[in-house]
Amino acid sequence: MKEQLEAIRKSALESIAGTRGAADLEALRVKYLGKKGELTAVLKQMGSLSAELRPVMGQMANEVRASVEKAIEAQSAILAEKAMEARLKLETVDVSIPGKAVEIGHKHPMYTALDDFKQIFLDMGFEIFDGPEIEQEDYNFTKLNTPADHPAREWSDTFYLTEDSSILLRTQTSPMQIRAIEEHGVPIRMISPGRVYRKDEVDATHSPMFHQIEGLVVDKGITMADLKGTLNAVVREIYGPATQTRFRPHHFPFTEPSCEMDIQCHKCGGKGCPTCKGEGWIEVLGAGMVHPKVLRNCGVDPDEYSGFAFGFGLERMAMGQFKISDLRLIFENDIRFLEQF
Amino acid sequence: MKLSRKWLNEFVDIGSVSDREFAEAMTLSGSKVEVTEVLNESLKNVVAGRIVKMEKHPDSDHMWICQLDIGEAEPTQIVTGAWNIHEGDMVPVAKHKSLLPGGKKIEKGKLRGVASNGMLCSLKELGLTAEHDYPYAVIIPAALLNDYKPLDPAKPSIPADIQPGHKIFGRVVAARVGGVTPLENGQWLCNLSWVKESGPDAVVIQTSCCNIHTGDLVAYNTTAQTICTLADLHAKPAEFPHCIDDGIWVMHEDCKPGDDIAAVIGADDHVVEFEITPNRPDCLSVIGLAREAAVTFNKPLALHTPEIKGCGGSIADLVDIEIEDPELCPRYTARMVKNVKIQPSPAWMRERLRNSGVRPINNIVDITNYVMLEYGQPMHAFDFSCVDGGRIIVRTAREGEAIQTLDGNERKLTTNMLCICDEDKPVCVAGVMGGANSEIIGDTAMVLFESANFNGASVRRTAQALNMRTEASARYEKGLDPMNTLKAVQRACELVELLGAGEVVDGVMDVIAKDAWPVTVKLEPEKINGLLGTDVPESEMRRILTDLGFGLEGDDIHVPSWRGDVEHYSDIAEEVARFYGYNNIPDTLSSGMNQRRGYSPVQKVENAVGALCRGAGYNEIITYSFISPAYYDKIDLPAGSPLRDSLKILNPLGEDTSIMRTTTLPSMLEILTRNYNYRNKAAKLYELGRTYFAKNDGSGMADEPKILSLGAYGPDMDFFTLKGAVETVLNGLRITGVRYVAERENPSYHPGRCAKVWCGSTLLGVLGQIHPHVAANYGVDAELYAAELRFDALYVSVGGTPVYHPLPKFPAVTRDIAVVCDAAVPVADLEDCIRRGAKGLLKGVALFDIYTGAGIPEGKKSVAFNLTLRADDRNLTADEADADVRSILDLLKSELNAVLR
Repeated sequence: MKEQLEAIRKSALESIAGTRGAADLEALRVKYLGKKGELTAVLKQMGSLSAELRPVMGQMANEVRASVEKAIEAQSAILAEKAMEARLKLETVDVSIPGKAVEIGHKHPMYTALDDFKQIFLDMGFEIFDGPEIEQEDYNFTKLNTPADHPAREWSDTFYLTEDSSILLRTQTSPMQIRAIEEHGVPIRMISPGRVYRKDEVDATHSPMFHQIEGLVVDKGITMADLKGTLNAVVREIYGPATQTRFRPHHFPFTEPSCEMDIQCHKCGGKGCPTCKGEGWIEVLGAGMVHPKVLRNCGVDPDEYSGFAFGFGLERMAMGQFKISDLRLIFENDIRFLEQF
Repeated sequence: MKLSRKWLNEFVDIGSVSDREFAEAMTLSGSKVEVTEVLNESLKNVVAGRIVKMEKHPDSDHMWICQLDIGEAEPTQIVTGAWNIHEGDMVPVAKHKSLLPGGKKIEKGKLRGVASNGMLCSLKELGLTAEHDYPYAVIIPAALLNDYKPLDPAKPSIPADIQPGHKIFGRVVAARVGGVTPLENGQWLCNLSWVKESGPDAVVIQTSCCNIHTGDLVAYNTTAQTICTLADLHAKPAEFPHCIDDGIWVMHEDCKPGDDIAAVIGADDHVVEFEITPNRPDCLSVIGLAREAAVTFNKPLALHTPEIKGCGGSIADLVDIEIEDPELCPRYTARMVKNVKIQPSPAWMRERLRNSGVRPINNIVDITNYVMLEYGQPMHAFDFSCVDGGRIIVRTAREGEAIQTLDGNERKLTTNMLCICDEDKPVCVAGVMGGANSEIIGDTAMVLFESANFNGASVRRTAQALNMRTEASARYEKGLDPMNTLKAVQRACELVELLGAGEVVDGVMDVIAKDAWPVTVKLEPEKINGLLGTDVPESEMRRILTDLGFGLEGDDIHVPSWRGDVEHYSDIAEEVARFYGYNNIPDTLSSGMNQRRGYSPVQKVENAVGALCRGAGYNEIITYSFISPAYYDKIDLPAGSPLRDSLKILNPLGEDTSIMRTTTLPSMLEILTRNYNYRNKAAKLYELGRTYFAKNDGSGMADEPKILSLGAYGPDMDFFTLKGAVETVLNGLRITGVRYVAERENPSYHPGRCAKVWCGSTLLGVLGQIHPHVAANYGVDAELYAAELRFDALYVSVGGTPVYHPLPKFPAVTRDIAVVCDAAVPVADLEDCIRRGAKGLLKGVALFDIYTGAGIPEGKKSVAFNLTLRADDRNLTADEADADVRSILDLLKSELNAVLR
């Protein structure tokens, strides 16, 4: 009997180790340990043994059962791991295949550039105002201290909607200086982006409709030093902290003193190149201290309050930022263009 | 404004400041330099040379071998094909390794085996012209018979074996040149000989033709006693290939062999081009810029007071001046010159004019231009013999008057145009251009110099109406210094005497019709420093102002007459800041905060709308606010539609951009079409753009409501994809209670695929497929989709802050139902009925199928919904759920005759 048990153990362990699947293993379990299995069959012979041998054989039979069970368990774990391995191998994908597209629209690059500016000014405590594009001559010119015979008022330069030239398409966002003060009073810190119109034929750098951003700060004790500090801070935010700037005297009817701000050419570092037309500097905006007449035209006492204003063209900024070579692309709205941004 | 640095040096010595330093400093003090041109940069190693010997090239029928003295020990040999030169001539010599304008490089070489160590230059090769720069150098070629090439070799007009004495036609015979001698006046003395029937004949004649050499055979007109040119022979240029009006510049300049040509022609100058702002017309002059340069570099300004000898007489006896309108002509100053000798002005004057961008014409005209450039005061010179009645009347043109201006054009004048007139007629358009009737010409003997002050706006309008913006009008239109007229006319007369151009009659006519009041401003140093944020000492302010020509008397600043732009302390602050240096002003940040800050509620919704559209896959576009009225036809808008009532631009660039849009649909369709035509397979676009409607409040202003427009085409587009995008936007804004109602009347949309979008009683807009007819109007053979949503309506419909609903604790029961109803019943009505039919357990309705066909009667459809039922406080039993479903089915049947399938 002892030999029988040994034979079962040996045969079972060998068979178990050779199994390749869970079903085979289950079949072996039934074969050796099942009710009609080989071990059970041997145990049924126990009754014929002597009283001394019975416990000895019984113990041995239990050991055989335990070792077979253990082997089955171990083999089961091995098989499970192999099965997992096979499954993972089967499920392996080519990760270089492109992902499934999620269709997301693109913001127009010019408004992306605008948003950058808006955020900087919002962070500095400015508000954003929106204003009418169909404007009164009074706001577009007269209250901004533009002389009655100024060339910009000519019908060759400005679009008019009435014969008496009293209503026009605003040529600049500057009328928002007046409207903002009239509506909200002083002190004020605001920017006002929007569409403006001039009678320019369409070409690579001109469009009869384009966009400007106007800015205005009026408070007690505002100085030209504040103008410089603020605009330098904005420009360094946009073009990087190392950006070199310079301010040049200029002329606008609604500011005095007036200036233009240049940034050092990023291409040549100020040496002079085709990008900056050899000057080493690129003009970015016009600015100045709000003209006392303009303040007075808004009902603000220029002896009590002072302020600065600035304005710049958005298209040129966006074209610079995104290296867009032709203004017409901005208004053409070809999706192959729009989707690049 | 182009400024010659040589000319500038006459007024201020700024030493050896480099062009770059000069440009930078002037720009930073307010005179912006655009570009600096170094005139001789493109003219190197070209010198004056005298031809000491000329021989025919042994292997060429047209080239000459010249020996030139160019100031070196040995003569230089150069081969040339030009025929207008002679021994003794002074010519420009481009030496070996020289550079000519246009980038042409000259090197030595061999021409048909003969060494040539450079090139002789024409005016053209030096970047000049005879006509404007050196009138004496015009080349008039004779027709040399030895150069004749018949157009048709079989039929020569002149026989190849023609001999002296042979008749060419009429009284024109061939003659041999026996010798050529130059004359003082630039002409030539030629000995000609020929053989007559009666025997040899000979003549010595003068000619202007400069291509004649000993041995040449010429055509001599025995009647006119002239040597024939090509024109005289009615010959074509190709018949005399080397007898051309081009050739070497034979110089009559004050120079010697070896002199640098750049210096001879005044190209040893640097010309600085300034962008002058319109408030500073005083800087459109050498003196004005010299003043700026003097303060910028802190150097003295050396002004010059003209001195005139005069020749006696009195201008008052000769001319009477009358100003009719003092507003249009505040001042008119004039002087008279008699015994005028019209001739070219001297080289130095021509060079200055040329370097300043003005073409020399003759001494009198050049003087007026010279003074305009130097003083900034435009001047005009009249041929006084053409001024009838000896009177100058400054008046506006009369009805029907016209004038032929100096450019040869006939100009119709209108009654608002200021003119200078004699007793009968206009002789000049004031401040714009003179008349041909009083033009300075070769025999002009008496000249009236005008130096006047005109109203800037009037000059600008006249120049614009006549479409003739001139150097003079460009200055006048900015408003000139009325005190400058006298100085300028004096300078002109001084130059007349200096040039020997005539004799200046004593006396000045100076009519001041309107006085100019001097402006005085208080010097307030604290206010100036307060505005600038600086600490500039008062003494420094005073120095700057004084140097700029302001008069200081205690705290009173007397503004000089040429600074019409200064009237307030802020203007004074700018003067101080310009020379203190804008970039020396510190950088500070103003303190103080706003109550209001950040995006406004409207701006936040605008931002959200954009983000939602992009989230739905739509790309942002920017379109023009103005459109063509024809676009309303393109979208099939009916003739009487109120949307056609657009605000019109009275002076549009063109029809296409002539009215302000009342709808964004044409703009969107145009961009969709453009993308379609570019063969982009699909496009999804959005714009939040304005429309424009007249306000009826008498202000003339407009309502400018914003419209969110969506537009799309492409393989995945249908009505429901578009509707899904609209729903995404509306859901994103938490707009609830939205209804989509079939819209069959909108002419721009497909009548069966269009819906109006309502939120309660607020119309949000419309969406749908564009009518195929409209698409066809755009030339698009594909389905286009669009939605137009009113931003104002969206804004007022935006839902409030979301409130948390507890998550369900008990499971839901689902039931699918399919009902059969009339095909015309909208799904929305079925859904509405289902919601109302439920008894409180229904939590969700989802359409999952619509079926027509086999098993369903004609005119009917089967619509299937998935219903979700749930109680918040218990598990539902099947019976409870079934009861709700029964109630729903009952209502569907009774209201819509929709029965369970």
